[in-house]
Amino acid sequence: MNNSVLTIMKKELARFFGDKKVVFSTILLPGLMIFILYSFMGSAITSQYTVEEDYKAGCYIKNLPDDDTLQMMLNENFSFHTVSSDEEIKQAKKKLQQKETDLCVVFPENFMENIAEVFPVTSNALPPEVQIFYNSSETASETAYQTMSGILNEFEGILSNRFDINKSDGVAYDLAKKEDMVGSIFSSMLPMLLLIFLFSGTLAVTPESIAGEKERGTIATLLVTPVKRSHIAIGKILALSIIALLSGASSTVGTILSLPKLMAGAGELDGAVYSVTDYLLLALVILSTVLVLVTALSLISAYAKSIKEAQTFATPLMILLMLVGITAMFGTGAKEELYYYCIPAYNSVQSMVRIFQFDVTTNTILVTVASNIVVTFAGMFVLTKMFQSERIIG
Amino acid sequence: MKELIQVKNLSKTFSLSAKQQKIEGTREKRKTAVKGLSFTAYEGEIFGLLGPNGAGKTTTLRMLATLIRPDSGDAIIDGSSVLSDAEEVRKKIAFLTTDLKLEGFFTPNYLFDFFSELYHVPKETIKERKEMLFRTFGIDKFAEVKVANLSTGMKQKVSLSISLVHWPNVIIFDEPTNGLDVLTAKVVTDFLLELKNQGKTVIVSTHIFSLIEKVCDRVGVIINGEMAVCDSLKQVQAGMALEDRFFEIYKESVGDTDE
Repeated sequence: MNNSVLTIMKKELARFFGDKKVVFSTILLPGLMIFILYSFMGSAITSQYTVEEDYKAGCYIKNLPDDDTLQMMLNENFSFHTVSSDEEIKQAKKKLQQKETDLCVVFPENFMENIAEVFPVTSNALPPEVQIFYNSSETASETAYQTMSGILNEFEGILSNRFDINKSDGVAYDLAKKEDMVGSIFSSMLPMLLLIFLFSGTLAVTPESIAGEKERGTIATLLVTPVKRSHIAIGKILALSIIALLSGASSTVGTILSLPKLMAGAGELDGAVYSVTDYLLLALVILSTVLVLVTALSLISAYAKSIKEAQTFATPLMILLMLVGITAMFGTGAKEELYYYCIPAYNSVQSMVRIFQFDVTTNTILVTVASNIVVTFAGMFVLTKMFQSERIIG
Repeated sequence: MKELIQVKNLSKTFSLSAKQQKIEGTREKRKTAVKGLSFTAYEGEIFGLLGPNGAGKTTTLRMLATLIRPDSGDAIIDGSSVLSDAEEVRKKIAFLTTDLKLEGFFTPNYLFDFFSELYHVPKETIKERKEMLFRTFGIDKFAEVKVANLSTGMKQKVSLSISLVHWPNVIIFDEPTNGLDVLTAKVVTDFLLELKNQGKTVIVSTHIFSLIEKVCDRVGVIINGEMAVCDSLKQVQAGMALEDRFFEIYKESVGDTDE
């Protein structure tokens, strides 16, 4: 590589890595924050929708049938009081409303005698009805309701026992592959997140390096030296890309480590289902995307008069990128037509979706990377022209 | 004597924004900063550009340093044209103005090496030159202090030494002693003479008469973007103090100074 480009790059990197606070807040902090935030969100969501394992729901039951099997099943899951009057049931319902108990069950009188009869679906006569009162605004009550319905259904099954469903042990009934689930979750979430992380990393360093140098008058010092403007443009874009990549990598690692916690209940989420080739292709797509993002922000920063102005100008771009990222969530899978892979940012999202869905093709990756590189070169050319323009720099 | 710098008919106009038009009290969209300016500086002399604020001194020097392009005219510096051979010109000159800042994050030591590399100065030469320049300006003690933490005077001295990393033959200084205390200003003035002794050609712009009287061999007086007088210091002075003579020239070309 050219000597001056290297010198410029070295200076940019020295400027960044020489400042420990900046390194911490740009590279370490994003990954750490995302990990903590997502893990916290995940465990908060989980705890909101689950009840402690050894919790026994409180329950009032009127006319409890005299059946050992049923009472044994209820005993396992509930700490229940039997009541006999309607007045007591009324009070129990009040307690339920005030969330002081979890359930209130009313069996019809002479339940066991009445259910001996069979009620065909075709006949007009109605079978006896069990009423379960619950409070859906309380998780414990909602869970207790489901448990109770389950127990009663099971009890009904025991009484008639015409057939069973999925009863044999050791048979895998759910035929979904682990890969399919990981693929669908990763491909809907990660492209947008990655795009935003990479952009934030870029935004943290690019305006500072270009608009900041303009603002402080240090870029003019560089421009009176015989260094070619194009070398300054290339050196800056390459160095900034390295930093943006590190920042993006930190956020990505944070996400991938905390995603299983965030998605708790969705089963095992394991990035290991992807092959080394998948990861290499992903790295290639990310690398070319970073170049495009850094170039775009460099142009904005060169146009802006100050860091602040550059950041303001960058906001619409950020929103646009988020919109593009969201297409991965609601799309019906990746596009087939190759020309979609020529559109910067959109091509990155589409390529990432394909990689995460195990649907990667050489052509789409090639077109994506090639078009991103073409865009980068075009941007470098424009940036060089801007560095030559006294309207921009003078 | 060799004509090292030939400035021929340089002109430069800037477009004014609506706000600037208001400030200047004009409805003209364009302001001519420099009008057909010509002068010559000979090898080994110190040439001074004297003029009030806004006369076009800085614009002229920025054109010589290839930071901005003239609208018409050209300047040949040591055989290279600022129009067609800007890169070559940049190799041959040092340009120093208070508008050009150094990154406060770095130390003088780092910046000296950085700029030396950009000029492709050989490694051994960098070391020697750095020692010499840092000693001259008393930077050696501050070589590892971040520029942001240095005093204004020390910053200016660091800028000065770094602008000379490639030890060029032509040195262009815009207001070299502006904002410096008398002690630091003297170090700079003495150094200008030292550069001349070493055979360098120096162009300085200033509105400080004493600086011109002390160091310049020849002087050009710029008023409103035009060269009012350009000759040897003695001829320009015509037996008077430079300050008195300047007001005479100003009156001749503009009218009353009270204007």
